[in-house]
Amino acid sequence: MSDSQAVSDSRIVVHGAAEGAHHEHLPYQRHHFETYAQQSDATNFAMWLFLLTEVMFFGGLFTAYLIYRNWYYPAFVQASHQLQIFWGTANTAVLITSSFTMAMGVWSAEMRKKGALVLCLVVTFILGLVFLGIKTIEYKEKIDKHHIPGFHYSMQSFTNPASDEEVYKEYHDKPLAVDMARHTEIYFFLYFAMTGMHALHMIIGIAILGFMIFRAQAGAYTTGHVTFVENFGLYWHFVDIIWIYLFPLLYLISRHQ
Amino acid sequence: MNFISKEKGLLSWLLTGDHKRIAMLYLASITFFFFIGGALAGLIRLELLTPQSDLMATDTYNKVFSMHGIIMIFFFLVPSVPATLGNFFIPMMIGAKDLALPKINLLSWYLYVAAGILGLYAMMAGGVDTGWTFTTPLSTHYLNTNVVTTGLAIFIAGFSSIFTGLNFIVTIHKMRCPGMTWFRMPLFVWSHYAASILMVLGTPVLAITLVLVVLERVAGIGVFDPTKGGDPLLFQHLFWFYSHPAVYIMILPGMGVISETVSTFSRKRVFGYTAVAFSSVAIAVFGFFVWAHHMFIMGISNYSMLVFSLLTMLVAVPSAIKIFNWAFTLYKGSITFETPMLYTFGFMGLFTIGGLTGVFLASSGTDIHLTETYFIVAHFHFVMVGGMLMAFLAGVHFWWPKMTGRMYPEKISQLAAIVTFIGFNLTFFPQFILGTLGMPRRYATYPPEFQVLNVFSTAGATILGAGYLLPLLYLTWSLRYGEIAGENPWQATGLEWQTQSPPLTENFPAIPIMDHEAYDYEWLDGQREKEVASVG
Repeated sequence: MSDSQAVSDSRIVVHGAAEGAHHEHLPYQRHHFETYAQQSDATNFAMWLFLLTEVMFFGGLFTAYLIYRNWYYPAFVQASHQLQIFWGTANTAVLITSSFTMAMGVWSAEMRKKGALVLCLVVTFILGLVFLGIKTIEYKEKIDKHHIPGFHYSMQSFTNPASDEEVYKEYHDKPLAVDMARHTEIYFFLYFAMTGMHALHMIIGIAILGFMIFRAQAGAYTTGHVTFVENFGLYWHFVDIIWIYLFPLLYLISRHQ
Repeated sequence: MNFISKEKGLLSWLLTGDHKRIAMLYLASITFFFFIGGALAGLIRLELLTPQSDLMATDTYNKVFSMHGIIMIFFFLVPSVPATLGNFFIPMMIGAKDLALPKINLLSWYLYVAAGILGLYAMMAGGVDTGWTFTTPLSTHYLNTNVVTTGLAIFIAGFSSIFTGLNFIVTIHKMRCPGMTWFRMPLFVWSHYAASILMVLGTPVLAITLVLVVLERVAGIGVFDPTKGGDPLLFQHLFWFYSHPAVYIMILPGMGVISETVSTFSRKRVFGYTAVAFSSVAIAVFGFFVWAHHMFIMGISNYSMLVFSLLTMLVAVPSAIKIFNWAFTLYKGSITFETPMLYTFGFMGLFTIGGLTGVFLASSGTDIHLTETYFIVAHFHFVMVGGMLMAFLAGVHFWWPKMTGRMYPEKISQLAAIVTFIGFNLTFFPQFILGTLGMPRRYATYPPEFQVLNVFSTAGATILGAGYLLPLLYLTWSLRYGEIAGENPWQATGLEWQTQSPPLTENFPAIPIMDHEAYDYEWLDGQREKEVASVG
């Protein structure tokens, strides 16, 4: 592995304008790095490690989901009927598109196309907001139906499914015994914890995007120094991937029994 | 000119990116928390002087031991060696100018301070009495103390620890100087690498667990509450998935210090360098698969007990490899007994006892008898205080001349090391006996027949307290009045010793080239001869 060699002796600065000028630092190279390549390598590696910690962070929630789903399977099946596949699918499409525009943004930055970069970032920003908007519609419905765990939770939709006409029309669920029906609260808790934690990551991402749009307009990312855009792209794709797991787990699997 | 004198003023410290300055900031802050945690320990021992609860009410006692555990673990032991000595010396040992991410490093310190202030606020505003383990549903439903605030404090402290670990891994991978291959790195760096893996992979799980506890407490949901269909064992699994590896986060950096001091003060290359390096990684890997040994009395299945018993015993193997290799390093070495070496001997003896009693606790049959007694308390204090704290003090004394440019006073510090050793044994050895006799932990009262041993223990704690106050006094004194240390007072081989003390802001006048193995004393002698020749 090249990693077992010391880094700085095996690489030479060859990066756009810096060619042939090894000893002059590029303006964006920080003083404690020997070469620009070393700097961008280190920063990218750090981002991957950070995403690894995020995997472990969400991992705790996924573990809880796995266990309770096995324990309270009927409750989880019926509770998942409360989620609307239409909105879930729409949101998945929105996020995947935003990942595409983000990837295009990184490419534009690498190609030093300022206009394209700003456009991509703006579209990604808007798609992120659309995602949160749709999520709000879904959350609103849960509030209306008293499916907020902890606060005035009602399990009527599960002990007496016929009372919940819209869902009943589609799935004809049989009533659950109270003992099982009450565990739908754990499903909704996990639903809110997982999608909420995901939404929080989206909000942070959107805030950073807003900041990046201004910086991009000022030309900060089209100088050949793309590390920040690149790493933000990694973060954005990661948040996207979390959703790609949440969508089937919460909305799709075992929906039809 | 050096990194301390380069810039003046408070702001130059608070906004610094220099790993050495951040290490000093950390050193000051963890020392502060150590003495708060220590004062709480003093209160515990005072209360246990008599069988009745007379110094404080029993619920106050619960808060005192909980805060002692929380402060010592999250605000002292976890950051102790990594955030101070690791921060200062990892870049120097691998010939780098700084850690890879200086801003993240500073952010980590600010998070630590914010967490510390929040934790202290929780303590002042009524405290928390869950123990450091936050056992559910006790912590989520039955107690009316500051669980949420304390939980958030630990959550934030966790991120400080994640950022430190992340920074170390990136630095060790990407910042090594020419010639510094993996197997030329000092073992201190290896053990920090292993500990960093644990920080990065384990801490996020603690973070999400605490988020769930806080949510459960605030919103009254039942993820961990059996009356609502939740599973308290799930909490235990998630909590110990971090908190068992956390003991290796605490001890591995200490083992790194011991590798450096053992080699330096016996003037021999560490015996079996590669084995010691890999044993650190092995501890990190095995460390992730033993967590359920904290749950033997919590109703996990017999098969899980069997498997986790076995896996736990496996961790003893890499730990023993280290102890044996250090012992073989001493063999036929030219041993000298400066203070860091005295602490090192303390570490080797006490950690061995702590480790071997861990094997008793790993076997589920014995554990069921001994768990939740003072045997456990004695066991982990032997590892954490007898092991880690001794290693920390060994490291602080060893590198003090490099960090400050001044020597500590040798005689009085040797005395402090011996006082600490005696005080420690008097405090904690009786607790092994108390535990086997059946005295449970976490109670303010006990049957009168246990009093004699408890009096021994409290007397020991007093001596131990004096042993810890001494370094605080003479090290502070030495900042101004200590002898000027020079570049390499111990004639040690690490790159950090081949530059001025205290070092320049960029550590070295020019990036060094590593052209020899680690702990190569012949190379060092050769360097000295060259110097003499050039002067002559």
